[in-house]
Amino acid sequence: MFRQSNVLPGFNISLGFTIFYLSLVVLIPLSAVFLKSFTLTWDQFWAAVTAPRVLASYRLTFGASLVAASINAVFGLLVAWVLVRYEFPAKKLVDALVDLPFALPTAVAGITLATIYAKNGWVGQFLAPLGIKVAFTPLGVVVALTFIGLPFVVRTIQPILEDFPKEMEEAAASLGATRVQTFVMVILPSIGPAVLTGFALAFARAIGEYGSVIFIAGNIPMVSEITPLMIVTKLEQYDEAGATSIAAAMLVASFLLLLGINLLQAWSSRVLPPAAPDQQEEPA
Amino acid sequence: MSIHVKKIVKRFGAFNALREIDLEVGEGELIALLGPSGCGKTTLLRIIAGLETPDSGEIWFHGNEEGEVWFHGDDSKCQHVRERQVGFVFQHYALFRHMTVFDNVAFGLRVRPKSERPTEATIKEKVMELLRLVQLDWLAERYPAQLSGGQRQRIALARALAVEPKVLLLDEPFGALDAQVRKELRRWLRRLHDELHVTSVFVTHDQDEALEVADRVVVMNEGRIEQIGTPDEIYDHPATPFVYQFLGDVNLFHGRVSDGHAHIGAAAIQLAGHEPADTAVAAMFYTRPHDIELSHDGGGLEARIQGARRAGGVVKVRLERIDGHGAVEAEVPRESWEAEAFCEDQVVRVYPKRLKVFTAPETALAT
Repeated sequence: MFRQSNVLPGFNISLGFTIFYLSLVVLIPLSAVFLKSFTLTWDQFWAAVTAPRVLASYRLTFGASLVAASINAVFGLLVAWVLVRYEFPAKKLVDALVDLPFALPTAVAGITLATIYAKNGWVGQFLAPLGIKVAFTPLGVVVALTFIGLPFVVRTIQPILEDFPKEMEEAAASLGATRVQTFVMVILPSIGPAVLTGFALAFARAIGEYGSVIFIAGNIPMVSEITPLMIVTKLEQYDEAGATSIAAAMLVASFLLLLGINLLQAWSSRVLPPAAPDQQEEPA
Repeated sequence: MSIHVKKIVKRFGAFNALREIDLEVGEGELIALLGPSGCGKTTLLRIIAGLETPDSGEIWFHGNEEGEVWFHGDDSKCQHVRERQVGFVFQHYALFRHMTVFDNVAFGLRVRPKSERPTEATIKEKVMELLRLVQLDWLAERYPAQLSGGQRQRIALARALAVEPKVLLLDEPFGALDAQVRKELRRWLRRLHDELHVTSVFVTHDQDEALEVADRVVVMNEGRIEQIGTPDEIYDHPATPFVYQFLGDVNLFHGRVSDGHAHIGAAAIQLAGHEPADTAVAAMFYTRPHDIELSHDGGGLEARIQGARRAGGVVKVRLERIDGHGAVEAEVPRESWEAEAFCEDQVVRVYPKRLKVFTAPETALAT
């Protein structure tokens, strides 16, 4: 396995560097999390990760992340579609706007969202009479996570959509397909893997998000506490082993989820073979 | 089932892609739109298909007595490509890459409204029949990426035929293929057309392809139709210098016509079947390299042999006119080349056996 003949030189050294680098940057800190939590006995560990308050936080974190990533997958696709397909004034500006959640400090985003969606905020004052409370509820968590996840979906789908040959749609239309049929049967399957990737990225980002959420969540025990907050709370109580235990549990869960999504993607790219080079469109 | 194109105009910004195009495609005909790139042939095809909207003009389709309007500039009526029931074949195939060959061909049947949709069993039968027609039924379960270019184009054709199109439109169908496959496929397309007799229009920039495959050829240039005719008419009686030049290698001589003779430089060449004119008229004379005869002491222009290259059964000779009015290309059978013992730097006589004369006003005298 390590003795491959390849025209590209430097396989051994580059693999060695990759492993070294990954160890330094990712594996060592992560293993420290596990080592620290191993200072507890199994019973203590189990008690720490299955406390009712912690379980409630898992439900909120994973549930809200899933909802937020799903919302982003749908509306991010829409945004990408509009940015790729249509010409309109200030398109470049809108395009740049998409990246803002990347750059904005998450705390700023959190405080802003909390203010806007509060009972007397710009948006919150219209929702309050309808009986919808956003700030300081799980719904607020979803709003914050949707905000920070959007660019992941848009930026993943955009290049794929740009490369999608126009001829393919024309072919579908000439064969009698309606716009809806063309979208569902031709376009969506082609960009499906990209949507899935964007979804996975937004989901992963949402699970780990801390800064923007804690301001809008209200942090009511059993209702709107997210798991990263639980970890910080434990740390503030100098319960380092307890904090790392929850971190370890979350790490495993996230890893399994992402692995699952990756497998799903691998499966979908087998079902959808990549375009052959000569199917690329050439300028006429 | 015929198509009538009347006074179609299309502009892209300041560029006139099509200037008042009139064209009739008859029932069961196979027509080639031939021209250099940028002449508007693909635009015309896409307008017939409904993939592009003309600025003005009319397109009529006659399936029965009455005929239906596909496009009418004055009434701003434009039927959608979906409703025109045309089969369109793209240069780069445009197969759906996430679908198998079978699903690609079945697509047109499966997207029909529920009431008109055939049963899955009928679809299967129909698709397999089409795949047998294009001789690729053994590839039904493959994906487009696993096929060669020629196979992909045949699948694209099967897919277009599946909807039983009223007309088949092909946009440079063999343009992306290599020379060998191209030749095979164009013969195959001709045979297929003889079997199915579906009214077809195809676009090409390859004159051999147009002359070999089509019933009639439409030669286009700069958004206009230069000539419409059978391949023989086009080749033997080109209407304009452009058509003559576009259909093959040419030699151009400037001179005068008088008394049924072509006067080129110092030589006078008898013109067959040309009316003797009283006054001398400036003219352009075209001849193909294979219509030129070389001799040591016959009639014709004097020229010096610059070089010669063997190509199969002929020798391609480059000559320079002694009077300094340009170069001449000739193709001489190998036997006569060897028998006459021509060699480089020799001065020989160049005699055009056939001359095409254009005395149109725009072909002004050059010297």
